[in-house]
Amino acid sequence: MFKLLPDTPSERVTVLVDDVTVQVPPGYTAAAAMLMNTDEATRTTATSNQPRAPYCMMGVCFECLMEINGVPNQQGCLVIVSEGMRINRQQGKREINV
Amino acid sequence: MNQACDLAIIGAGPAGMAAALTAANRGVNVVVLDEQPEPGGQIYRGIERVERTRARHLEWLGPDYAAGANFVRAFRNAKIEYLDGAQVWQIEAPANDASPGRLFYKRNGAVGQLSPRRVLIATGAMERPMPIPGWTLPGVLTCGAGQTVFKANGLAPQGRFVLAGCGPLLLLYAAQLVRAGVKPAAILETTFNHGAALPHAWKFFTTPEYWRKGLALLRELKAAGVPLRKNVTQLVLHGDARVREIEYQCGGKTTREPVDQVFLHQGVVPNGNLAWSMNLAHAWDDAQRSFRPRLDEWGRSSTPGIFVAGDAGGIVGAKGAHATGRLAALAIAADLGKITIEGRDQQARTPRAELAKHQAARPFLDALYRPAPHWLAPQEADTMVCRCEEIRAGEIRRLVTEQLCPGPNQMKSFARCGMGPCQGRLCGLTVVELIAQCRGVPVPEVGYYRIRPPVKPVTMGDLATLDVPVRPDAVGL
Ligand SMILES: Cc1cc2nc3c(=O)[nH]c(=O)nc-3n(C[C@H](O)[C@H](O)[C@H](O)COP(=O)(O)OP(=O)(O)OC[C@H]3O[C@@H](n4cnc5c(N)ncnc54)[C@H](O)[C@@H]3O)c2cc1C
Ligand code: FES
Repeated sequence: MFKLLPDTPSERVTVLVDDVTVQVPPGYTAAAAMLMNTDEATRTTATSNQPRAPYCMMGVCFECLMEINGVPNQQGCLVIVSEGMRINRQQGKREINV
Repeated sequence: MNQACDLAIIGAGPAGMAAALTAANRGVNVVVLDEQPEPGGQIYRGIERVERTRARHLEWLGPDYAAGANFVRAFRNAKIEYLDGAQVWQIEAPANDASPGRLFYKRNGAVGQLSPRRVLIATGAMERPMPIPGWTLPGVLTCGAGQTVFKANGLAPQGRFVLAGCGPLLLLYAAQLVRAGVKPAAILETTFNHGAALPHAWKFFTTPEYWRKGLALLRELKAAGVPLRKNVTQLVLHGDARVREIEYQCGGKTTREPVDQVFLHQGVVPNGNLAWSMNLAHAWDDAQRSFRPRLDEWGRSSTPGIFVAGDAGGIVGAKGAHATGRLAALAIAADLGKITIEGRDQQARTPRAELAKHQAARPFLDALYRPAPHWLAPQEADTMVCRCEEIRAGEIRRLVTEQLCPGPNQMKSFARCGMGPCQGRLCGLTVVELIAQCRGVPVPEVGYYRIRPPVKPVTMGDLATLDVPVRPDAVGL
């Protein structure tokens, strides 16, 4: 799990990570909010349910796919949190909304 | 919405920002798109917020990072249209000099379109995949990812963590953490062939900026008492729901230790999917062990109207990226009649000299940090290669030796390798190294995946709102 370094401003945004209320600094990505709150899987794979978590934090690996405000398959490392955002782990393959 | 512009730049890192400033100052009408929420690229991630609200972090991250603040300010203040959070998923080159090309992007959930007369691809680098047993476990990230959450979020690892692999970025991240009072349990260095770098040492010593910095980082880590294990020849990560232990071989001895987090790194390679998707001609760069687009001295690609600058065109580092961005912008400004050819050549002198200076450091760094063959093509059969579709090294070897898949594209259609959402970004180089090794041929003979647009996830719904041909298989999630 990641911890916040000292000398970070105290302003916070409230989000729901797997239905649990957590507070993260503004400007965080959904993936960073996850990394601050769990050291386990943020998704499981479609083929064999392997645990996976954000890996590159720059938009290339797609390991951070999560459900954000009800929409699955979002790249969590590219989505900035907003007040009340619902961020959920995702299990296996999700259909894309077409 | 379809907006016309002179120049569209993809990427707001040092290359893209320098190009945008140079072009805008010469009357070129520029639009810059970057999928990140803030400008700066990988090196200056989060710089504006850090400068504003985290003064001590700015110190810990160091002067090279802090230097980004003024650069980004200049970029923000210039007459440049900057679209933050815009993912570019497809570009079509201009058919001829009179007609513009087409560029498609997604921003805030909606799709947008540009009609640029020139395009500059400045998509930067990504970390070279480091496929070792257990690298898919939660708790295992790249050094760049760790560094990114430090810069952008003020986050640091907790518990017992190690950094493993090789390259300047690994040492830099370790030093930045140490300055913040967060000490790695160990650095496991995989650098294997120091001798190969020796012939380039002389030239390297003409670039004091680089070697002084490298030595200072090593000294800093030593003073902080970070254990540095050199010549690590094997790495295995063990775990269940997350990583629990790291096993490594060093000096003929195997050690297995508990670990909470692991940060891997073995250099950076061009982040090339956009360039590949446009069928730009590529060349194999053996020193950097990666492909890069074929470019002329101005960053002009094989496709008219399309330029590439910065690490996307072959690794040149942040300052080299800055220089190549300026050079491409000058050529584009001249193409568009904003400056004369003489003006272009005259103004190119400074960036060209700077580029040469920074390039002088490359051969040494490339040779020193070139990964050993088994880090490029994993030996263990069950090491995951394609993380998305879960294809392991043994399966890839089998498909090659049984002559079912002689190349990466057969690997795609036969085994779905590289067909997942990352579109081969995290397995492409490993797959071609494995195929080349099995067949006993050089990598360029094997080639690379054929990458097709869209290079970012778009839905059928997105595509339906635009007049672009839809390939159902392209919507790959
Ligand atoms: C994770 C990471 C961390 C690094 N940290 C450092 C460091 O601390 N110090 C250092 O000296 N070097 C660092 N480097 C090396 C770095 O590549 C160069 O120093 C420098 O950032 C290269 O500049 P650039 O302009 O070529 O590309 P970048 O700075 O990488 O900028 C490219 C930009 O393009 C954007 N982009 C890519 N594809 C798309 C797309 N399809 N649509 C929209 N936008 C897109 C990206 O979001 C990115 O902002 C790092 C590299 C990586 C990968
Ligand atoms: S963590 Fe790699 S794409 Fe988001």
